[in-house]
Amino acid sequence: MTAVGFEMKKPVLAIEGLTVSFDGFKAVDNLNLYIDRNEVRVVIGPNGAGKTTVLDLICGKTRATSGSIQFDGQELTKMREYNIVRAGVGRKFQNPSIYENLTVFENLEMSYPAGRKVWGALFFKRSAQVIARVEEVAREIFLGDLLQQQADLLSHGQKQWLEIGMLLMQDPELLMLDEPVAGMSVNERAQTAELLNRISQGRSVLVIEHDMEFVKSIAHKVTVLHQGKVLAEGSMESVQSNPKVIEVYLGH
Amino acid sequence: MKALDKLLGGQQNLIGIMLLAVLILVVFPLTLDAFRLNMVGKYLTYAFVAVGLVLCWGYGGILSLGQGVFFGVGGYCMAMFLKLEASDPQSTKIQSTPGIPDFMDWNQITELPWLWQPFHSFTFTVFAVIAVPVLLAFIIGIALFKRRVGDVYFSIVTQAIALILTVLIVGQQGLTGGVNGITDLKTLLGWDLRTDSAKMILYFISAGLLFGCIFIGRFILASKLGRLLMAMRDKEERVRFSGYDVASFKIFVFCVAAAFSAIGGAMFALQVGFMSPSFVGIVPSIEMVIFAAVGGRMSLLGAVYGALLVNYGKTYFSESFPELWLYLMGGLFIAVVMYFPNGLAGLWDSHGRQALAKLLRRKPAPKAEIAPVTPKAETKILETQP
Amino acid sequence: MEWLSEFGAIAAMQGFNGLSVFCVLLLMALGLAIIFGQMGVINMAHGEFLTIGAYTTYVCSSLTAHFAPSFQPYYFFFAIALSFLVAGAVGWLVEWAMISRLYKRPLDTLLATWGLSLVMQQTFRSVFGAREVSAEPPAWLMGSVNFTDAIEIPRNGLFMMGLTLLLTATIFLMLYRSRWGLQVRATVQNRLMSRAVGINTRKVDRMTFALGCGVAGVAGAAFTTIGSTGPTAGSQYIVDTFLVVVFGGAQSLFGTIASAFLIAQTQSLSEFFLSGSMAKVLTLSSVILILMLRPQGLFSIKVRK
Repeated sequence: MTAVGFEMKKPVLAIEGLTVSFDGFKAVDNLNLYIDRNEVRVVIGPNGAGKTTVLDLICGKTRATSGSIQFDGQELTKMREYNIVRAGVGRKFQNPSIYENLTVFENLEMSYPAGRKVWGALFFKRSAQVIARVEEVAREIFLGDLLQQQADLLSHGQKQWLEIGMLLMQDPELLMLDEPVAGMSVNERAQTAELLNRISQGRSVLVIEHDMEFVKSIAHKVTVLHQGKVLAEGSMESVQSNPKVIEVYLGH
Repeated sequence: MKALDKLLGGQQNLIGIMLLAVLILVVFPLTLDAFRLNMVGKYLTYAFVAVGLVLCWGYGGILSLGQGVFFGVGGYCMAMFLKLEASDPQSTKIQSTPGIPDFMDWNQITELPWLWQPFHSFTFTVFAVIAVPVLLAFIIGIALFKRRVGDVYFSIVTQAIALILTVLIVGQQGLTGGVNGITDLKTLLGWDLRTDSAKMILYFISAGLLFGCIFIGRFILASKLGRLLMAMRDKEERVRFSGYDVASFKIFVFCVAAAFSAIGGAMFALQVGFMSPSFVGIVPSIEMVIFAAVGGRMSLLGAVYGALLVNYGKTYFSESFPELWLYLMGGLFIAVVMYFPNGLAGLWDSHGRQALAKLLRRKPAPKAEIAPVTPKAETKILETQP
Repeated sequence: MEWLSEFGAIAAMQGFNGLSVFCVLLLMALGLAIIFGQMGVINMAHGEFLTIGAYTTYVCSSLTAHFAPSFQPYYFFFAIALSFLVAGAVGWLVEWAMISRLYKRPLDTLLATWGLSLVMQQTFRSVFGAREVSAEPPAWLMGSVNFTDAIEIPRNGLFMMGLTLLLTATIFLMLYRSRWGLQVRATVQNRLMSRAVGINTRKVDRMTFALGCGVAGVAGAAFTTIGSTGPTAGSQYIVDTFLVVVFGGAQSLFGTIASAFLIAQTQSLSEFFLSGSMAKVLTLSSVILILMLRPQGLFSIKVRK
């Protein structure tokens, strides 16, 4: 790492004027959002605030109507999904999205950033390096002993971890997690918080979450979305005491 | 080496492939007369298509209803070469334009069309047999997969392409021989294809090539690409957002399936001595899917058995009870799809293997390549409507 | 100037010719638009339901000629209703026995219904023979109407158009203005939620499928006025019909109508310059090309996924 101070201050992700409309309905409306290097940012907001759509826009699943998304100096709005991933953006879906028919090992191996093109995949070799990396990540996500387990036999929480693990295999600079603790037990939530704090070393993390206890335990900064716009931004305490936020959450 | 073991799919699959080899290379040639053996040879050419379908439909979740197109194009390429050889000026001297295929003469064509010119060369023909269908598949694949045409739409579009090609072939009589196709193919580089010995040799060449395709299929499935295909079938979005260009893998496996079909088509033209649009259209294309479905969409070897059995049944019933055949074929289609989605291979896995093991007083074998995985790929339309 | 008016007349008649192709396509496509567009079921046996309607009309025609010749001018209306009921009833059975078990496997539905179409075709062949049969159209449908000296429009064509318009309007009203239509659209959008608010989704599915098949049956009855019926009469249209629905944007009824019109007119007008087979090749190829550029079809709503 030869990054100098000036580099460090530049946000890793800069979203400016981002708008997307579905048949006239603006799901995201002129949104500005900046995420710093090594920051853990949590996005909260009532249902339909456009949280998931923002992730969709960043990773290329949905195309923006206007606006720009700069990641490390690259304009993501014009890139193909796989190139966005290769540029260093990893995204976990709301429902655990893993390959049920494959083992934990194979699931993780699939995300190993080699053999990503047709011929590469055809002649991909499971080298000692690959095995070591898979085992390392598996230990990190508490699945070190379950490498040969078929993925559909995992518990719901373990599946969530597995998907996070699959992202870690890619070693992304920006990790985006959509409700990572949904459906988890209290213990699992604590473990996940610990996991997130550990893996956020050296990368930025963008999390969508409803569970306020969990948000408190991981967030550096919180952004509140409402009707596709930023309603408030700042520390957890400042956001929680913001009258606009209280009104949106508690109703009129 | 571990790699070789993987390629063969372990001991169990080695036994499976040996059994099939013995059946095709020893049992059939020893027990069948020349006529019947040639018929099995013809069935084997369909097995090429079925093996390709296992790769792209069973594992890749891409149901092509236009495999007849590739079978046909491969077959036509070979038939064009053979026809030119059969149409030398000497044997066509009674025509108004000697030296061109007879059907062209009947259609008042006086010069060999440019499309036919390169097929004087055998080297070019062998190249074209594979290259033309693969190129076609590549173009279709790029156009449809890059644009993310959904699975069902893909099936419908490939079916329409099969229809277009049939209409085109039938309509362009002077160029293609029309509905009769290209007939009276006699020799290959002077070697008379119509003799019993030639048919026998062609049978073995067919069988050899088929095993070649099976090994290629094995290799693909055992590689990371094979796992990616299944992953894409079940969770396309996850694969895409893990940094893979999903379309390129689909195009690849579709091209491989097209190449296999084309080899089958070329071997068909050689063994049967003609090629016609009736092997290109909607009906033959969908019949080829049923070969793979009956054999087991997840089993390369099963596809071969499926092609052999269904075609044997077709020949037998349409000779003896022509009325019954369509009922049977239709019923088989429905039953396999509804109740045995993994076909014969699935039945063998769930029942046959234990029975055999009991018979041999051995422990049941661990599950191998043909894991009875119920296809989950096809849940998209109804379940995930937003 | 004479050649100009003659050219105009030919163009008008060719255009009308295109209109009758449009009617058959649209009648077939309407049923499919309900089944495929609304339910997402790929019914490859859809053409056979047209054939059922055509044979039903044929049977009505023969029975009338045999037992009640005086009823002959009116039997056709009865035949249309019966075609709808018979095809709908068979559709109801098929949904119950087959389709309902395959909702989660659309590609498998495609294959199973293809098997069904084989069985149905062979049944037609066993019952009615392989030769084509013709229903005797009522006398008032024969002949043609002369608009000018040069332009003659056949009456059966006009009748077809009238029927098509009526049926399209009925289906539109049913889907978008009735309670049943609301239930269908709700079920399509969110099966679980619909069930939760008390819609019997299984019943809705079954009725929807039966209705789509019934419409194909009516198409069959109409079909007998322009052609004779054989065991494969309907299956010839299946690919075109699917393309019509896909091309129009599967969930848009308006799209289906527009695309049936476009495809039929392209086909008919290019037949004016090319041979029939090349016209078909040209039409289908252009449809596929356009689909590649716009995979979601011509008329579709952009939705948030």
